[in-house]
Amino acid sequence: MTADQPTTRPTLPHPVRALVALPAVPPRDTPFEVRTTLGHPMENGLRHDGHGNVVPRMLVTRFEARLDGALVFAADLYPAISANPYLSFWLQVAGPATLTLDWTGDWGFAHRETRQLQPT
Amino acid sequence: MRRRACRSAFRWAALWALAMPLVAAAEANTAAVQNPQTRTTPADTRRSGLLDMGPALQALQRDDAQNPAMLMVQDGAALWARRSGTADRACADCHGPAQAPLAAMDGVAARYPAIDAASGQPLNLAGRIRQCRRQHQQAPDWPADSPELLALSAYIGLASRGLPITPPEHPRLAALQQQGARLWQQRLGQLNLSCAQCHDRLAGQRLAGAVIPQGHPTGYPIYRLEWQGLGSLQRRLRACLVGVRAEPFAPDDPQWLALEAYLAKRAAGMPVETPAVRP
Repeated sequence: MTADQPTTRPTLPHPVRALVALPAVPPRDTPFEVRTTLGHPMENGLRHDGHGNVVPRMLVTRFEARLDGALVFAADLYPAISANPYLSFWLQVAGPATLTLDWTGDWGFAHRETRQLQPT
Repeated sequence: MRRRACRSAFRWAALWALAMPLVAAAEANTAAVQNPQTRTTPADTRRSGLLDMGPALQALQRDDAQNPAMLMVQDGAALWARRSGTADRACADCHGPAQAPLAAMDGVAARYPAIDAASGQPLNLAGRIRQCRRQHQQAPDWPADSPELLALSAYIGLASRGLPITPPEHPRLAALQQQGARLWQQRLGQLNLSCAQCHDRLAGQRLAGAVIPQGHPTGYPIYRLEWQGLGSLQRRLRACLVGVRAEPFAPDDPQWLALEAYLAKRAAGMPVETPAVRP
């Protein structure tokens, strides 16, 4: 038995904060790690507040990393992931590139972080 | 005669079986506090809650790129620079620009709770921020544990990370610390437990699978996994009171500050870890 989801839009986090850690000067042709943390409550829609009302589901459902537009890493996120989701992955570049990180989710949530990579 | 001796032998065996786990636990507890990383003297057996966590959580706190509280620190930095109130003033206008780390607030968080020179009233860091906001920015007050207040507390607290907790000397503060010490020893709630029973005597042993910490406020405001967010020391103490099934003090009760003042004195010399991660 699932609780009815409200139709009123919950308040999305604003402004959206993200921590993106990657080497300032990444090595060329060698894998390096990119670590991201997004500030987002990741409300799974199963919790109740003190009055018995369900706290509306508000999840980030998709993460995509693109190098100059080409998809290099993607992840589907599910309700079991806790708040402020942390994702880390490895990249390898041959030359300067633009890294775009996109998070999308419920209620039209979308956030983008862009980093310019200038490898050695 | 033989039956009496047999019963007595059984009683001694039962007592011995009960005593052995306690002795083993006591020995394990001693061993656990022998190898700490926050030490002022070799005889100092104080231990931060950081060391009671597993390696993954310790790594989470130590790495600024992973520590979720750093998201709120970013919020704090933005709030520091934002003009507010009818005075249209930002923290930066009086205290200097937002920096990483914030040089203007170096060592400040390590000296709270303190006595406000002007009013003679005790204040913790959050109280000082709220007072500045009301008095100097003439802006509406931020309620306790509001996201803005926590973010700014974390941002200012970060500037004291690594510095020893240094409660100031003041006779009013000493009186408050003594009041806190009495509260620490006082049995509370339906479970009739005092803070000292768990956090002084049984620290290092386990409650429901979790290691009981000594309870030093080295990293507040903390990112608590149970809260999935940032919270103050008062919030944590409130949870402790609820945990022993006591009625929590009213939000503006001076007993909260008394406990905070005593805890800061008890942890004096230990390094600030703000913003810490706790389970």
